[in-house]
Amino acid sequence: MKAVSTTTILPDWMSDIGDQVLFMGTFARNIFKSGFEWNELIRQCYIIGYKSIGLVGITGFILGFVMTLQSVPTMKEFGAVSFVPSMVAISVIREIGPVIIALTCSGKIASSIGAELGSMKVTEQIDAMEVSGANPIQYLVVTRIIACTLMVPLLTLLADFLALGGGFLGSNIGGHFSLILYFNKAFHSLAFTDLLPSVIKTIFFGFAIGFVGCYKGYNSGSGTESVGVAANSAVVSASLWVIVLDAIAAQLTTILAYN
Amino acid sequence: MADERPIPNDTNKRETADTKGDQEPVIKIEHLKKSFGSKEVLKDASMVLHEGENLVVLGRSGQGKSVAIKCIAGLLQQDEGTCNVYGQEVKDLSETELRELRKKIGFLFQSAALYDSMTVGENLAFPLTRVLKMTDESEIQKLVEEMLDNVGLKEAIDKMPSDLSGGMRKRIGLARTLIMKPQIMLYDEPTTGLDPITSKEISQLILDMQKKYKTSSIIITHDMLCAKITSDRMLVLNDGSFIAEGTYDELENSDNELVRSFFK
Ligand SMILES: Nc1ncnc2c1ncn2[C@@H]1O[C@H](COP(=O)(O)OP(=O)(O)OP(=O)(O)O)[C@@H](O)[C@H]1O
Ligand SMILES: [Mg+2]
Repeated sequence: MKAVSTTTILPDWMSDIGDQVLFMGTFARNIFKSGFEWNELIRQCYIIGYKSIGLVGITGFILGFVMTLQSVPTMKEFGAVSFVPSMVAISVIREIGPVIIALTCSGKIASSIGAELGSMKVTEQIDAMEVSGANPIQYLVVTRIIACTLMVPLLTLLADFLALGGGFLGSNIGGHFSLILYFNKAFHSLAFTDLLPSVIKTIFFGFAIGFVGCYKGYNSGSGTESVGVAANSAVVSASLWVIVLDAIAAQLTTILAYN
Repeated sequence: MADERPIPNDTNKRETADTKGDQEPVIKIEHLKKSFGSKEVLKDASMVLHEGENLVVLGRSGQGKSVAIKCIAGLLQQDEGTCNVYGQEVKDLSETELRELRKKIGFLFQSAALYDSMTVGENLAFPLTRVLKMTDESEIQKLVEEMLDNVGLKEAIDKMPSDLSGGMRKRIGLARTLIMKPQIMLYDEPTTGLDPITSKEISQLILDMQKKYKTSSIIITHDMLCAKITSDRMLVLNDGSFIAEGTYDELENSDNELVRSFFK
């Protein structure tokens, strides 16, 4: 079943990438197999999505709030306070929201998936599933990756919206805007071309978070300390992937938007 | 290694010296070698398991008993030698073939390996719905309750594994494996950590499984009472290979000091 070990010939990071590609293939092959685990998918969406609302919501709200508080004085100097809502809206929705939320989710979701699957591996639960003739990839991995891919974009949209709310509160402290004026200005500045690439981007972020969490957990070593290692390296790699994907997405949108 | 074997179920042509009677063995391991890093765990292990037989494996801690049965179930792959189950080399099976084979094999983990995000009832129902693809809720419920009754833990059905004692977990693990009515059972220390009364009951259960479903079993144990009750034949694993074979009585009176010391 396993491919010939390449670890002896290649440096660690290379064979790690090779293993990730193989794992991706295993994942892809198992998505369309019969017996999709709908119930488990829903349970994972609840755990990954619903249970992160608090953290993500607060992060988003404070993000908008702080950005506004910080920028109002500077904008005042230029006499451009009326631009604050658009500035916050564009920067949060295009860039800062997706990235900050994806990094938050790397910390919360990738680590918990990594730790959960890691401990299932260490306590032989995954082996038990496999040896019973069931399909642990289908039950554990496919559901979690899909749930992340669905939930991270939704969480980001929620956070974006709350960030605008936080932004309103921030600017309202100085009494600059009414609620309607604020949201008018914010939404007016936004084009569909701001929202769509950012949502697509977050779908990839979600996938990366779920994939890395599952990969690290599923392939953790034996022994209790590997659970910690799996959780930790899941966070590190997921964050790295988010940053790299964001850079790629920025390049792509620039090329697509200006050509 | 190079085992030319065109038709796996062709039984009458193959009568090697180590097959008992005219039956092909269920499991046949030859010159099995397995190392982890520089540590050689199995060096030259050979054994057979016959149809309907209870084979007890003794051996000191860390001698590779668990490793050997993991090779049989395809969880580990040997470095050298062959590991045949129903005439198929486990190592060479495709993913689908291996899954098919595993439906016939029950594996009780030393650590019980209960799924700790599920209740006891869900643990037992998991292989029924996922592997046997059963859909009838009431039938599943009936089987689960019946099996839990067999291991004397009917009242634990809605508990989470984390709320169970070590011995209870072991029994639930056993129930989860036996519910599939496997043709081959690999028991990794089924009675370790159980009180003498329960452990006798479990040994009896193993015997019942053998009688009722003609299960062929490998039973790894340190519990000599369990070995006495269940064994048809016994093997001793030491230093990477099987050093002694015989019935309980034969090994108890063996010339080998080490073998005899298990019985004291
Ligand atoms: N996955 C693994 N990676 C590295 N070493 C391993 C692995 N599994 C087992 N070993 C090593 O193989 C040796 C044999 O282990 P095994 O679990 O088979 O012992 P055992 O005979 O079952 O002992 P016990 O009676 O204590 O269960 C041990 O030294 C162990 O450290
Ligand atoms: Mg063992």
